[in-house]
Amino acid sequence: MSVPSPTAPAGATSQQRFAPVAGIAAASLVLAVVGGIYMASYAPRRPPLAVPVFLAGAGGVLLAVNVVMLARTRGLAWDKFFLVGRWALLSYVIAAGLIEFAFVRDHTRGGPLVVLTAMLVLFAVNVPLIISFTVARYQSARGDAA
Amino acid sequence: MTDTRVDSSSTGVEVGAGVEAEGGVGAGHGALVPPRPVIQIVPLKGLPVVAVILGFLVASIGFNWQWGLDFNHVAGGGLWTGIDLFVGLVVGPILGRLSIPARAEFSARFMPMMVLVMPTLVAMTLASGFQLALDLGNLKASSPNHAWLMVSFVVVGIMAVIALGILEPANIAVLFEMRKPRPNGEVIGKLMKRFIYTAGITGLMQVATLVIMTRVASR
Repeated sequence: MSVPSPTAPAGATSQQRFAPVAGIAAASLVLAVVGGIYMASYAPRRPPLAVPVFLAGAGGVLLAVNVVMLARTRGLAWDKFFLVGRWALLSYVIAAGLIEFAFVRDHTRGGPLVVLTAMLVLFAVNVPLIISFTVARYQSARGDAA
Repeated sequence: MTDTRVDSSSTGVEVGAGVEAEGGVGAGHGALVPPRPVIQIVPLKGLPVVAVILGFLVASIGFNWQWGLDFNHVAGGGLWTGIDLFVGLVVGPILGRLSIPARAEFSARFMPMMVLVMPTLVAMTLASGFQLALDLGNLKASSPNHAWLMVSFVVVGIMAVIALGILEPANIAVLFEMRKPRPNGEVIGKLMKRFIYTAGITGLMQVATLVIMTRVASR
């Protein structure tokens, strides 16, 4: 005997269109990663800071824009967003802390440490933002109802 | 809609794979259905193991423990590369040809493990690798390995963005979708496709990493 698939019928769930929060967070993450690679490429010397500062600043601007766009988003499954977001944030704050520890252990000090910390903040905030937004958009009320 | 016929020899009944036990889509057809697997997004039993591994990693870096750094880098990197290649180039194409219920069944058991395994292997490999490069002097501009390591940074950076920005969110979103009373096959299929393609790309980039690392080690 054959039984139907447990999944909802194809085409029955056109997803709601949301602002490109995940894409912008990914762009901000790319800037932080590029800045991190640039700085690491100078190790163990002190890197010039102009390029990393610009990249971290641009990444910060994108993150700020993203927060505003996110705050104006309607129909997102906010309960799932915060549920996933807080655990992912905890996880990536620990990961960022490990990286910070490694650099402090290797005598990174002063300006480079400040810029590196800013990039780690971007990393630790953007990744959970991408994960929680991706989960929440597919759990949105309209997606469930459809 | 995909028809599914699964003969469960252990229970001697025909079941719809993954069909809800109560009031599921198959209920009206008179089918006896197994309970759907309870999907734990993060397998909590694995967390102590991860904590021990990360503690070992921190101790290796903190005490500059040569064997510990080598172990973390070689074991973590080998497993990371191996799993990436195997999933991207072997499991992925097979998974892509399965029916959506079969994919869902496989993913329900496979994805939660990946949520713990991959970030742990990546942390082991990268953190110990950077420390080793510093200790061995490979990062110095005068080192013959400097250029190779810079290329490796770029490759790892691309892989990190793909893994963190696409692969992991898709993985977790699939798990959440499968926890719904009525999982949406369209969404699961879309996210799994994303997962498989990106795993394939990172798998190919791992080949580049193998070339770079063997070049560095042989100088």
